[in-house]
Amino acid sequence: MPEVIPLEIHDMTVAYRRRPVLWDVDLTVPESTLTGIVGPNGAGKSTLIKAALGLLPLSSGWVKFWGESYEKARQRIGYVPQRESVDWDFPVTALDVVMMGRYGRLGWIKRPGYEDRRAALKALERIGMAEYGARQISNLSGGQQQRVFLARALVQEAQIYFMDEPFAGVDASTEKAIIELLEELRREGHTVLVVHHDLNTIREYFDRLILLNMRVIASGSTTEVFTTENMRKTYGGRLTILDSLAHTMAGQARGGK
Amino acid sequence: MSGVWEQTLRLLSLSDANVRYVLAGMMLLGLAGGVLGSFTLLRKRALIGDALAHAALPGIGIAFIVTGTKTIGVLLAGAYAAGVLGVLSLMAIRRYSRVKEDSALAIVLTVFFGVGIVILTYIQKTGKASQSGLDKFLFGQSASLIGGEVLLISAAAVILVTASILLYKEFKLLCFDPGYSSAIGFSAAWLDIILMALAVGAVVIGLQAVGVVLMAALLIIPPVTARLWTNRFGVMIVTAGALGAISGALGSYLSFLAPKMPSGPLTVLAATTLFTVSLFIAPERGLISRMLQHRSNRRRTELENSLRAAAEWLEINHRSLDTAFSPAQ
Repeated sequence: MPEVIPLEIHDMTVAYRRRPVLWDVDLTVPESTLTGIVGPNGAGKSTLIKAALGLLPLSSGWVKFWGESYEKARQRIGYVPQRESVDWDFPVTALDVVMMGRYGRLGWIKRPGYEDRRAALKALERIGMAEYGARQISNLSGGQQQRVFLARALVQEAQIYFMDEPFAGVDASTEKAIIELLEELRREGHTVLVVHHDLNTIREYFDRLILLNMRVIASGSTTEVFTTENMRKTYGGRLTILDSLAHTMAGQARGGK
Repeated sequence: MSGVWEQTLRLLSLSDANVRYVLAGMMLLGLAGGVLGSFTLLRKRALIGDALAHAALPGIGIAFIVTGTKTIGVLLAGAYAAGVLGVLSLMAIRRYSRVKEDSALAIVLTVFFGVGIVILTYIQKTGKASQSGLDKFLFGQSASLIGGEVLLISAAAVILVTASILLYKEFKLLCFDPGYSSAIGFSAAWLDIILMALAVGAVVIGLQAVGVVLMAALLIIPPVTARLWTNRFGVMIVTAGALGAISGALGSYLSFLAPKMPSGPLTVLAATTLFTVSLFIAPERGLISRMLQHRSNRRRTELENSLRAAAEWLEINHRSLDTAFSPAQ
């Protein structure tokens, strides 16, 4: 039987300077799903993504994509880092940044050509940025910069996407454009994992959840996992968040019926 | 004054073989410095060139003591090895201690330079006639370059620039987003090592003509100047290379006019002049352009405020623009 699970993590522990920040992570993420990675600050959400992508060394455990190592599966994996992780005063245009998404399939030394340029322009158009290709990236708003990052991941033409807080600090129209894109990707059969902060939109956005606080507190379908009890375990004693959350959830539950 | 004129003619006519050599060599090392310096600047490691240059000094001294020759190839090989050792020390400090990057740079720069000065002084004191001359590596002496040396420098510069052209795409990715670079299969750690290896090369070939103390300027000033003129990565690198070459040419020209003067400071002064002019007149990022931009923004705001005030007045007094100037009803 062929291996069809896009992402499987087993017994993964990750440490920074010998201080473990993620313990014993066991996860399976099925195909064609939109998964939210949720947890308080310092819970290891970005670390989970970076470790899965081979950017951080593992203290133990393994990560497999369709049963293969990251190196073998790399061409099928797309990545959107945090927007704040780069200097937006860098001398490149939006189109230049999107083109970088093609570098992986080009390999060393070979330059991007006509096809790559066309793919990049198409990706910009898909995310509503067609007119901004020639714009220097420092002249883009936060939301537009985030869209450029998404377009860069799109041209990777991957099957699984990891996105680190794509909704952080973006305007409402960008948020809407992004969630529409994510749902479209899932419908097309892609698997998408998204680090997310806004607890109010979880139920609406994601069909699966990974609740994280240095360990996996719970993972599975949103309806099963997104309970007050699980959120209390994830966020610990921060009652103010939880009370308002319980309120919201109650409201959503009533609204849903 | 006729001396200046004669030397200028001698330089411009390129009739003198030595002049041709020195000019070509200085321009090529300016070019290599500008190109590699652009990458290190955009990698936010502008000062690494300075640490590398200073770190190279003990290598020159040790190479001389071990081999007893002043052959430029041997001395520069020693300088290269010491420069690489400097980079490795930097990486080791960063990796195994909690010392911050700027402190690590300062430690490597001063320690290596100190050792270098001690070794050079030792060579000077043990005094054979052939040993004097190593001190020109401190501030550079382009006029003393001879054919074979220039050929070596030029060949190295061509290799460095060619490598930069080949790895242009990879370096662009590394400088902008090293994390993403690693994620899509271009290990940032390896790219950094390659970039550093090339940067050491760019520094080392300038040691004889520009000197240990000031070589870093050729890796920093032309790229910073180029950044003022453009928002495009490729254009910036080409411009920085061109500015470096121009600075090198001006430096060797000034050095011909004043052969007793060390050429390092002259080259740096040339580069700095280009920078200062650019700082004022560059479009968009230049001081004058920004001042005008600021002023026009202020005018526009003032105009908008006046119009808003007028509109409010009309509204409060229940008038339209047509009746605004008629006497009060």
